[in-house]
Amino acid sequence: MSAAQSQSVRTGRITRTFIYVFLLVASLFYLLPFFIMLVNSVKPLSEITGGNMMALPQVFTLEPWAAAWSSAQVGVEPTGLRPYFWNSIKMVVPAVFISTVLGALNGYILTKWRFRGDTILFGLMLFSCFIPFQIVLIPMARILGILGLSGSTYGLILVHVVYGIGFSTLYFRNYYAAFPTELVRAAQIDGAGFFQIFRRIMLPSSGPIIVVCVIWQFTNIWNDFLFGASFASGSGAPMTVALNNLVQSSTGVKEYNVHFAGAILAALPTLLVYIVAGRFFVRGLMAGSVKG
Amino acid sequence: MGFLDINNVTKSYGAVEVLHKVDIAVEEGEFLVLVGPSGCGKSTLLNMIAGLEDITSGEIGINGRVVNGVHPSNRNIAMVFQSYALYPNMTVGQNITFGLEMHGVPKPERDKAMNDVAKLLQIEQLLDRKPGQLSGGQRQRVAMGRALVRDPDVFLFDEPLSNLDAKLRVDMRTEIKKLHEKLKTTIVYVTHDQIEAMTLSTRIAVMYEGYVQQLGTPKEIYDTPANLFVATFMGSPAMNIMNAKVVMKDGRPHASLVTSEGGEALLPFSQDNMSEWDGKEILLGIRPEAITDPDGADRKSSNVVALENRIIVTEPAGSDTFVTTNLGGKDVISRLRADVPVSAGEMFGFAVNMEKAVAFDPATEKRIEG
Repeated sequence: MSAAQSQSVRTGRITRTFIYVFLLVASLFYLLPFFIMLVNSVKPLSEITGGNMMALPQVFTLEPWAAAWSSAQVGVEPTGLRPYFWNSIKMVVPAVFISTVLGALNGYILTKWRFRGDTILFGLMLFSCFIPFQIVLIPMARILGILGLSGSTYGLILVHVVYGIGFSTLYFRNYYAAFPTELVRAAQIDGAGFFQIFRRIMLPSSGPIIVVCVIWQFTNIWNDFLFGASFASGSGAPMTVALNNLVQSSTGVKEYNVHFAGAILAALPTLLVYIVAGRFFVRGLMAGSVKG
Repeated sequence: MGFLDINNVTKSYGAVEVLHKVDIAVEEGEFLVLVGPSGCGKSTLLNMIAGLEDITSGEIGINGRVVNGVHPSNRNIAMVFQSYALYPNMTVGQNITFGLEMHGVPKPERDKAMNDVAKLLQIEQLLDRKPGQLSGGQRQRVAMGRALVRDPDVFLFDEPLSNLDAKLRVDMRTEIKKLHEKLKTTIVYVTHDQIEAMTLSTRIAVMYEGYVQQLGTPKEIYDTPANLFVATFMGSPAMNIMNAKVVMKDGRPHASLVTSEGGEALLPFSQDNMSEWDGKEILLGIRPEAITDPDGADRKSSNVVALENRIIVTEPAGSDTFVTTNLGGKDVISRLRADVPVSAGEMFGFAVNMEKAVAFDPATEKRIEG
């Protein structure tokens, strides 16, 4: 018995060592691109063009970061990424907020105020999660044109809200499906109305799923390039489009260090959201499946 | 017309009718228990009184007002749910006063009502806690507090004790009964536990397959069950049902049963009209406590009959000893005093109290009135 036990411990140790080595290698592999971006964004250009991309900087400089933020050539204007960063914020915040609220309302209705055909409706909404973006570009452009929203940030907000509702509804519906209906009934008897129940009973218990939904929507909308490139132009473009323009438009010398700094700047907000709320992300994804 | 009037109420889901013409009038201050096995329609009926389910046809009136189509919050009812349904994000105090807040009662009045109820239920020290921090019994009290604070016309209880452990359930049962006796409120209480039904109610409606099988006081239900279902559902251990034949002897109707030894036992009926059934098969129902040892028999009964039969199993329960024997082709449980010396396989002289015996028509399963 004791022999068998010690043997199992020994094999366990070997397996564990293997797992840790594998994980270490994998994480190094994944971190490598970021390492290269970070290292090269704080080097003078001459060090990049003249030497090894993997090498640590000999002269440390934040000059490329400042340039990417406020003075680099984006398209024809030397504005840096700053105005486009605010464009993205102005687009992301309302789009995330509206799609999350609508998703929560949809989930609430689809689980607690059921009606004939509600599962079919939900199925149709789910369908929107799986439609490739490219298919809707032309109809969407037409609709934005009719609404007089083409080329504006409002148009982009609308597009992202419409696209986001599918996922946010899915999240909230599954979360609320496990929410006890007796609570809603009790609140009805207590005299609470449709929105009072939503605001006072449902929303206060929805913390984890709100976090999941916000992270998901924020990441997707912030990182979107296709809609931004298609429906917003020039000074109204979001960060991702501006980054592309920054990289494409440099005349003469390619300022790789500025490009790297710009790319990190563009990725920073999503990174921040993950770090701040990431703990809830995994917890929330599981919330629908296992109660508690 | 009663204080709570359930008038010819039916409920259908599509083509399926789950409640058939239920007719119950509840007087003010009554404690009505709806009891039956799961799926009998008792919770559906309760939800219809609450307004959480539509009424397919018929009328429900509360305090002289027809409430069909009236929103639950405007029916002046309060409900205690099986899962308690306490709002997890609110404190106990907020849970109790939420209904008042929704009805626009000003804060000072809400606080006063909350404190009165908390005092009554002895939950004052819990008012600032969240439901998640409470034990089952405490949650139960809070749920009752939430109902009490509204001062409604009718209280609705949906299996409120079934989530508690056995001991706590008995304690809370007594609490509810005390509360009812103190406040004299009208209560409709749903349970599948026939002991809860017997102990709490002033009247019981036994339901099965969407029909009210019998409506009556606990004593009526227990002593004169309307049919075989009510007889076997109410009481623990259940009423013994035996195959018997009515025979006339000395001008009196007797039940003829096959004993464990294959002989014939003749038990005289107290009901004279059983003579109309002379020569016919019936089902004889006798409760375990009416088949005893001779010293344990009811002295006030005028119709106690001796019966020799073989014991199959003895089950000492401490307070009593339950003895199984074979009579009329069925296993029959009898209830003896705890210290009667009995053992399996022996012959024993039982005393059968035929005053408490009831007879059922085998064809309709209805009790033969006597």
